[in-house]
This record gives sequence, structure tokens and C-alpha cells, in this order.
Amino acid sequence: MSLDSKIPEGPLSQKWTKHKMDSKLINPANKRKYKVIVVGSGLAGGSAAATLAELGYQVECFCYQDSPRRAHSIAAQGGINAAKNYQNDGDSVQRLFYDTIKGGDFRSREANVYRLSEVSCNIIDQATAQGVPFAREYGGLLANRSFGGAQVSRTFYARGQTGQQLLIGCYQALEKEIQKGGVKMHTRTEMMDLVLVDGHAKGIVVRDMVTGEIRTHAADAVLLCTGGYGNVFYLSTNAMGCNVMAAFKAHKRGAYFSNPCYTQIHPTCIPVSGDYQSKLTLMSESLRNDGRIWVPKSKEDAAAIREGKKKASDIPDEDRDYYLERKYPSFGNLAPRDIASRAAKEACDDGRGVAKSGLGVYLDFRDAIDRLGEDTIRARYGNLFQMYEKIAGENPYQQPMMIYPAVHYTMGGLWVDYNLMSNLPGLHVLGEANFSDHGANRLGASALMQGLADGYFVIPTTIANYLATQTPGSITEEHEAFNSAKKEVEERIQKLMSIQGTKTVDYYHRELGLLIWDKCGMARDKAGLEEAIEKVKVIRDDFWKNVFIPGEANGLNMELEKAGRVADFLEFGELLLRDAHQREESCGGHFRSEHQFTDTDAEVQSGKTQVGEAKRHDDEFSYVSAWEFTGVDNEPVLHKEELIFEEAQPSIRSYQ
Amino acid sequence: MNLTLKVWRQKNANDPGQLETYQAKEIPSEASFLEMLDIVNNQILEQGQDPIHFDHDCREGICGMCSLNINGIPHSKEQGITTCQVHMRKFSDGDTIWIEPFRAKAFPIVKDLVVDRSSFDRIIQAGGYIDVRTGSAPDANSVPISKEVADAAFDAATCIGCGACVAACKNASAMLFVSAKASHLNQLPQGAPEKEARVIGMVEQMDEEGFGNCTNHFECEAVCPKSISADNIAKLNRDYLLAKAKQSVSS
Repeated sequence: MSLDSKIPEGPLSQKWTKHKMDSKLINPANKRKYKVIVVGSGLAGGSAAATLAELGYQVECFCYQDSPRRAHSIAAQGGINAAKNYQNDGDSVQRLFYDTIKGGDFRSREANVYRLSEVSCNIIDQATAQGVPFAREYGGLLANRSFGGAQVSRTFYARGQTGQQLLIGCYQALEKEIQKGGVKMHTRTEMMDLVLVDGHAKGIVVRDMVTGEIRTHAADAVLLCTGGYGNVFYLSTNAMGCNVMAAFKAHKRGAYFSNPCYTQIHPTCIPVSGDYQSKLTLMSESLRNDGRIWVPKSKEDAAAIREGKKKASDIPDEDRDYYLERKYPSFGNLAPRDIASRAAKEACDDGRGVAKSGLGVYLDFRDAIDRLGEDTIRARYGNLFQMYEKIAGENPYQQPMMIYPAVHYTMGGLWVDYNLMSNLPGLHVLGEANFSDHGANRLGASALMQGLADGYFVIPTTIANYLATQTPGSITEEHEAFNSAKKEVEERIQKLMSIQGTKTVDYYHRELGLLIWDKCGMARDKAGLEEAIEKVKVIRDDFWKNVFIPGEANGLNMELEKAGRVADFLEFGELLLRDAHQREESCGGHFRSEHQFTDTDAEVQSGKTQVGEAKRHDDEFSYVSAWEFTGVDNEPVLHKEELIFEEAQPSIRSYQ
Repeated sequence: MNLTLKVWRQKNANDPGQLETYQAKEIPSEASFLEMLDIVNNQILEQGQDPIHFDHDCREGICGMCSLNINGIPHSKEQGITTCQVHMRKFSDGDTIWIEPFRAKAFPIVKDLVVDRSSFDRIIQAGGYIDVRTGSAPDANSVPISKEVADAAFDAATCIGCGACVAACKNASAMLFVSAKASHLNQLPQGAPEKEARVIGMVEQMDEEGFGNCTNHFECEAVCPKSISADNIAKLNRDYLLAKAKQSVSS
């Protein structure tokens, strides 16, 4: 199957306008005949479901939580980007586009990123009209702050709860449509499989998590808005329930999975404290506006801090290494996430970490508090400081925070074309679940932007291009494909329940996560990846022989839910490792130790970059990897979409 | 530390349920309360038993999914946090901890500590939104809103819909939840056109769901993990009265 990205003709800045004009329309009387399934109720799914229902389509929306308001978009803290240029500091659609392409290390699709930048402004208007209480200046107009990878202030925010406020706006729009009858909502319902009829996505199989009932739902198109796969690492900043099941089941039915090795390790999280730990907590990137990151210059000082013999305040300024400010003077503490994370790892690998485990660096507000006063800092970051104090048990107004990188976001996802449709006709993928906009690294405050752009503004136009080719309601649950998919799901559950082994689901999840973090975390190499590919098979085989799930399948059974998700992570993890192995270059969040600049490189000698920076190989790897599933124990087949750069010329990504 | 837990176990909605005793052994003081339950569940699983079911998801205090009455108080006696943000360093070795579900007629128990809070969603459906068609919004800066108003709306908007206010109230009233949403939307200029329909719709739905009336004890405010003020209830009462008066005059 060939990969046709369906990028419209014409200059980049005209593509979306032209595409909207060229897209098919469905008249209002006919829209109500089409049914669309939306899986997931976060920013992408919630906004898509609400907007499609407003347009007149029949929508069925599914989420695993007890309410659509709980989706993990809610945990996003810092903000949402938009090229409004309210600050008059030189921002524009063009600049947001370029920052995002460069931030993604030239591994994303130009046309999609340009469209994202264009619609970014509409999102702020929409959210404000819904009553989202963005931060304001005293004059009553909207305020902005800066985020990593940008030298303009374009981030709109609602204290440290921007994701919550945007999601509530979106949830309220969704509830309004539920009340009007446009959306039928299914909470505590998990998608277990995708149903294909003649190669087209025409429905899903779900499990009612309260009764255990397996049901099928038919529709004219299916939208997956199911988030990322960060929980393959076990410990991440994702919610406990985040999983890859919907996307991976679609992959097993033929949808291509793109760039799974592009995983984002966020630099500012609270360090791991013990084996019992169930998740990691992010400290918003916005803290880097005023916080300065450092470790001691000497290993001796670092050791003294770890042993409790010295405190941060005992280290005078001349003995501190503000390493981001030193290495990247023009971006300083606001260097992009992948770069800031690797720098923290380097400092700790060098023996200069300050947490007890050795894996932690300081994020220090001392200078900001001296300059602005404690009250200003409290107004800006109060809830984040409080959150830190609750978890770490230390007062960050007096002692610097201790942070370390943690898995946060996944740029890879199901392959989609410009219409956000996968290679399977009818299957559309939105938000973090697709691959298209962030390349190999996502900039801060861009995830909320993408989820809402896809749901509010892109899919409502592009879905008609597919639906107009379909006779509405032509496929129902009576079709044989639904019956057989349902049977497969029931058999898989039966199989899981019948193992009755001796080890818990969490045991396997942790084993898998530790392996992937160790061999495919902030740095990867060929030998390590090959070793991990073999090991993951061993863990998977053992899981299917020895996992223990108590209770019954026909009722609320949280171990069974987890087991289904972990079973998919055990297969997906291998794909992630294989992708990382195949991509023999470093780019963004994918850092292959073999591919970094050394002092013999001309680019280092001429001062364009520094030793240890990621080295891309554009001549060989300027493409999107799209993996085709060929069976659990078979090697997947790689398809490539070449990346074409018309406006942004790939260059060394410098933040010096 | 070692603890004794008295945990509410209930197989399903129809089961009468009862308190069971568990020993939580060697719990690290850095662990969170839910991680303590994870450890206990692991011990239960090792004995081949069904683990304690409880709702949770983000584990950072924002999704509103976690609940639990801890020693009789929703989200524990610690102020301004959710259950998932409670840490074991707040307990002492040898403590006995009672863990029960949020209890209210409008929050039926699903299993163990898991309750059904979909009544909150239906209250939002009855008016907890601003009806704005996607794509029809004016430029975000075309309507200036003073910082004071924006901040006050924000304070009310921080509600996470956890239901602690209901669980703490002896009448199982949802007034803090309803008033927070009404207050968030009513004071913004964008929310003004639907103000009256909103308060009448939400209050009537609240009554229909079986939540009780407010008798001004303000237990809700004391347990709210987002410290939402009970002043919002006074605002709601005023707005509701005015809306009803207008409705009766115009009908």
C-alpha cells in the first residue's frame, strides 16, 4: 500500500485555505444520517465530538473514565501556544510554524505544522468565548508567558492549570451536545478492537467496565483520540489508565504506526524516590521562566549534598554550574525539552547529581525571589510550589526544587494523511494518538494546541472528504465482521482469565518499563536495543504463562483491565525498540549514542554546534517511518513517507 | 511503618457490604496514600484474592477521579488536597485508618470504594456551559475582562468535580459544586446571556438527582481540595431567586 499524504498543491501558506475550498460538503439534512464514533474524550476527542454534533452528525463518544472531564489532557499545566502576537514581540504564524518545525528537529510534515500554526489563534478565541479563564493583565486583556524553544511570549495560560480549564471548556461543550441529543456518551467503556468491513473502519468492539459486557457499535467513520503510549515505560507523568490499546488494536488491523521511537522525556519532574512508586509528577516547564537549573561544579560538593553534609545554600555561586545557561546562552533555561533533559542526564552521569539516588538537579528560585519578591513568585507558580511541597516534603521557597527528567509525551502515533485519516479508510486519528505535528520533539504548550486544532477546526472540515464517499448507515452491527471481532475479544479475555498464574500484572508492567527506560530512554544504542528486543519477548511469553488475574470477567475488575493494556504494551514495546534500532541517527527525543557530534566534525570546529549534540542524517533518514503489522512474532514491514521541506530548510538545530 | 486498615468492601451495587480489616506492612513514609493501597493490593493478590477497588487516574490532584473517606473525612483531614496527594508521612506507625467510599444517595456504590458520580455530569448538561458554536467566536481580546473578575471566575472554575463536598455534607447537598460552576460562568460577560436559564436548570437537576438541601454548615468548603469558597453558594441563592422571580413575572 502506498502512503499518500494528500498534501494540497500550492504554496504552504495557501494550502489549508485551498483545501477547505476543495473539501467536500455534506448538506445539513444529510449530516444527521451519518454516525461517527469518537474514542476518547480529552481535548482532541471532546472537541471533535462536540463540534461534529454541533454540525449535525450523530456522534457516539467513549471513554474509560467515569466522566469525560477526567481525560488526562486535564493535567497539562503550563499553557497553550498561539500566534496572536498580542505582545507585539515579532510573533507570526510563520514564526510559530518555524519554531515548531525546528523544535521537532525537522522530522514533521510541513503542511500539517503550518495549518496548526494558522488555526492556533482560533483556539484562543473559541476557548475564551466558552468561558475559559485565561490569565489577564490589569487592563483586562490576555496575558502571555514564554516556553521552551521560543524567543517570543506566545503562551496563553490559566495559572498552572491550563489543561484543566481548556478541558472543562471542551467538556461543557460536549455535555451541552449530550443534553441536546447530538452525542451519546459511554463512560467506563473501553475500546477493545476495531471492526473493518471491506477494509474500511466501520465500528468498534467495547467492554462495559462495570458489567463486563462486550458490545459492538457500528458507524460510518471512527475517530481515535486516545492519547499517547508513555505508560509503556511504566513510570511516566501519564495518568494510571493511559494506554495504547485502541491505537495498537487499530495497528494490528492494518493501520500503520509511525515513529514510535520519538518519545519525549520532560526535563522537570520530581525524581523517583522508591520501588513502590506508581507514577511521576511533572513540574511545569513554565517554572523555567524564573527558575535556574544547576548542579555543583565539583563532584565532591555533589557527594556532600547527597550525603546530607551540605545544603544547596552552602554552595557559593562560583562553585555552581548553571549548565543550560553555560551551554545555550541565547535560550538559557528555556532550551527545548529534549536538550534540557539530556543535559541533566549528562550532569548526573558525570557524578554531579544532587538527589540521594544521584539522579536529580536543582531548579532554583533564589534569584527570582530576590528580584521579584516571594509574593510575585507565589502568584505565578503558587499551586506548583504547593504540589512540590506535598510530594517532596520540602519548602521550595527556601530550598531549591530537585528535579529529574521523566517520560511525558509521545510524538509517534498512528500514521495519518492531511485529512487526519490513517491508511485504513474511515479511521481518523487526532491529538497525541497521531504522529503528524511534532516531529522528533514537541515544544512546550503545543500539545493542547494540537489536540484542540484537530478536534475543533481540522476534522470538522476534513471528515466530509471521507463521509461523502460513503452511503450513510450502510453497515450495521448485524454484519458478520462485528460478530467475529466480538468473538475474538471474548476469547482473548477468556484466555487472560484462564492463566491463573502467580505474578501480578504490575510485575510485568514494571519489568517492561524498566527495560525500555534502560535501553530506550534518554539515550539508546544498537547493542542495547538488540538486547532489549530479545528480552521483551521473554517477558511477553512469561506474561501469557504466569500472570494472575483474580475475580470474574463479568463485572468491575481492574486487574483484568490492566492486564489487557499491559498485554498490548508488551507487543507495542517491541515495535518501539525496533523503530529506535532502525533509525540510525539522532534527532529530537531519539538520541542514538553512536550518532552525536564529536570534536572532529567540521560543524563543531566552526562553532555551529557542540560536542555531544544530536547528529541527524538527513540524506538517509529524512522520512516518516510507518510500520505495518505482520503478526506478533514477525518483523513489521517499514513504509516510508519522504519529508519535503519547501519553506523550512533543515539545518543544525542550534539554541546556543 | 505498619498500619491497620478498616476498608469498606462491597462486591457490587446490590451487595450490602461490610468493613474488612487488613494489615499494611512496611509502608515507606514517602509513599502516597494510594501507593500504600497499591502495596496492600499486591499483598492481597499474592494470596489470590480480589484487590480493593478504588477510583484513581492522574494521581496528581487534578482529574477528580480519586475519592475515599479517610478516617471519616473526604480526601483526609489534610486541607486543600485530594486523596492521591495525601502522603503516608502524615500518619504514624501503628495507626488504624478507616477507608470508606463517598456516601450519598446520588452517588450509588459500584464496587468497594468506587461510586457513580454521573449525576454531576447531568447537572452540567442542565446549564453548566456557555453555548458557543465552534468557529463563531470573536477575537479573544475584543471583550476585556478586569483581572479581578477573571481571577474570581478562575477561583470558582478550579472545581475538579470529585464530589467531596457532597460526601462531607450531612444532607449530601451538591450546592458547592453547582454554585462553583454557576459562579464561574455567571460573572464572565460571555456567560451573562444564559445566566438565568443556567441557575434554574442546574438547581432543578440537582434536586432531581436526589442531592439534599444546604443548611449552611459549610463542611463542603472545609474539605474541598481546591478550597472553593462557600460564598459561591450565597451568590447562587441570590441568582436563583432573581431568576425565579423574573420567570414568575414573565409567565
